[in-house]
Amino acid sequence: MIVLDKVSKVFGTGDAGLSDVSLFIDKGEFVFLVGPSGAGKTTLLRLLIRDTLPTHGTIIIANWDIAKLPISKIPHLRKKIGVVFQDLKLLPNRTIMENVLLPLDFAGFSAKEASTKASEVLSQVNLSQHKDKFPIQLSGGELQRVAIARALVLSPQILLADEPTGNLDSDTSFEIVELLLDINKAGTIVIMATHNNEILNKVKKRIVKLEKGKVVRDDKPKEHKTQISAKEEKKEPA
Amino acid sequence: MKFLKTAWTNIRRSPYQALAAIVIITQTFFVVSLFTLVIAGSSKIISYFEQSPQVTAFFKNDTKQEDINGLKSQIQQTGKAAKIHIVSQEEAFQRFKQFNKDQPDMLELVSPDILPSSIEVSTQKIDDLSSIATIMQNDPHVQQVVFYRDLVAKLESWTNFLRKFGVALILVLALDSIFIMLIIISIKISQKREDIEIMRLIGASKWYIRWPFVLEGIIYGFIGAFFGWILSIGVLLYSSPIISQILQGIPILPVSPLFLLEILVLEFVFALILGLISSYLAVLRYLK
Repeated sequence: MIVLDKVSKVFGTGDAGLSDVSLFIDKGEFVFLVGPSGAGKTTLLRLLIRDTLPTHGTIIIANWDIAKLPISKIPHLRKKIGVVFQDLKLLPNRTIMENVLLPLDFAGFSAKEASTKASEVLSQVNLSQHKDKFPIQLSGGELQRVAIARALVLSPQILLADEPTGNLDSDTSFEIVELLLDINKAGTIVIMATHNNEILNKVKKRIVKLEKGKVVRDDKPKEHKTQISAKEEKKEPA
Repeated sequence: MKFLKTAWTNIRRSPYQALAAIVIITQTFFVVSLFTLVIAGSSKIISYFEQSPQVTAFFKNDTKQEDINGLKSQIQQTGKAAKIHIVSQEEAFQRFKQFNKDQPDMLELVSPDILPSSIEVSTQKIDDLSSIATIMQNDPHVQQVVFYRDLVAKLESWTNFLRKFGVALILVLALDSIFIMLIIISIKISQKREDIEIMRLIGASKWYIRWPFVLEGIIYGFIGAFFGWILSIGVLLYSSPIISQILQGIPILPVSPLFLLEILVLEFVFALILGLISSYLAVLRYLK
């Protein structure tokens, strides 16, 4: 469960990344985060992994108040949230297998156990045959799948994907979305930032639209609306 | 183990930086080993002289035994002597033979008649040496008085100087080593900044990232210490014949292998501290 309560982010330059954003994302949800470039999609995702701190407001993930999380606990948070970065952030001098093994290594898995898990997840994203190659030897779609495999390998409760179909052709984009939908079916919250309308039209899931750092549209299920409204009412002075 | 492997890979991937670090640490530990050996040797020489007869009078060649005995009883009467030993011409010759056993040519040239008899005296208190020496110098049969007190004092002052100079030099070199390693590890951290950032974002803990760099510093320290030690042993072995010749009869060589191993162990401890300080400073500065 993810709760953002009146979250704002103002950068050092004075620019507002997010303004007064409130969101509730329940277990097992799939959310498209949409909006033009600079709308605040990446800022929101960065806030969720404590890559940056909110200027105001509260972010709760799995009962952790993200802003108050001690620095020593940040790696624990990041092991619970898989991230597919916009620029993928794969290590170029390590093989595909080694890239996927990294989070397992951080988490302290034995070499044998880690290797089994990494092989499983590479097979899930259909990349087993490329495991000994380096990132430079793979296509854009394959690299996206490597990033997804790395994000998935610790079986996170939440998966954040920042424009994972950004530079891909239509077919490959749908392959990636299918993969994310499969992951979501297994119970993982998936938040996917995109501005690909073709995907939005074909895949009917919750859409949160950001513009200039504000939520301007949220097609959320009714029960969520009720929960947030109740919370807001509770806070309002009588 | 995995951190050690990563550290080793980092070293292999930038061999020239590693070489620079190792060379400077080798220099430091070469000097450390050399000064340790010199100071240990000096202390041994001092203790040899301290245990030797503290004042010796050499008699003229025609001195009769009764004149020698006369001086002996004169010294005994003062009550200040702890030990008196008369060295006959024959005993002097035996000692000479022992000292020069490796030089048979020299032995052929010397016979007992040309070596002087002598009387060796140790005193209870070092302050009594002067009065004993005066008695010896006043004896008409005495040709020369050798007084070790001055020699010991001179040696002690030299050893003290060497010790202070050595410590100062080692401190300067240790600081150099720390700064060079700090710079090299900082460069490596900068080179890997992007990888480090990625690892942090996907959940690596602070120490997962820091350990390989800290270990890298320690590895440089150990390798440098080992090479510095090996070099100093090479110099010791090379100069041993010359040292033996200069210090004829003073038994400081060969240096015990156990002592050399003790030096190595202490240097590893010192290397560990140097490596830890420099790499820890680098990670504190660049991996907050």
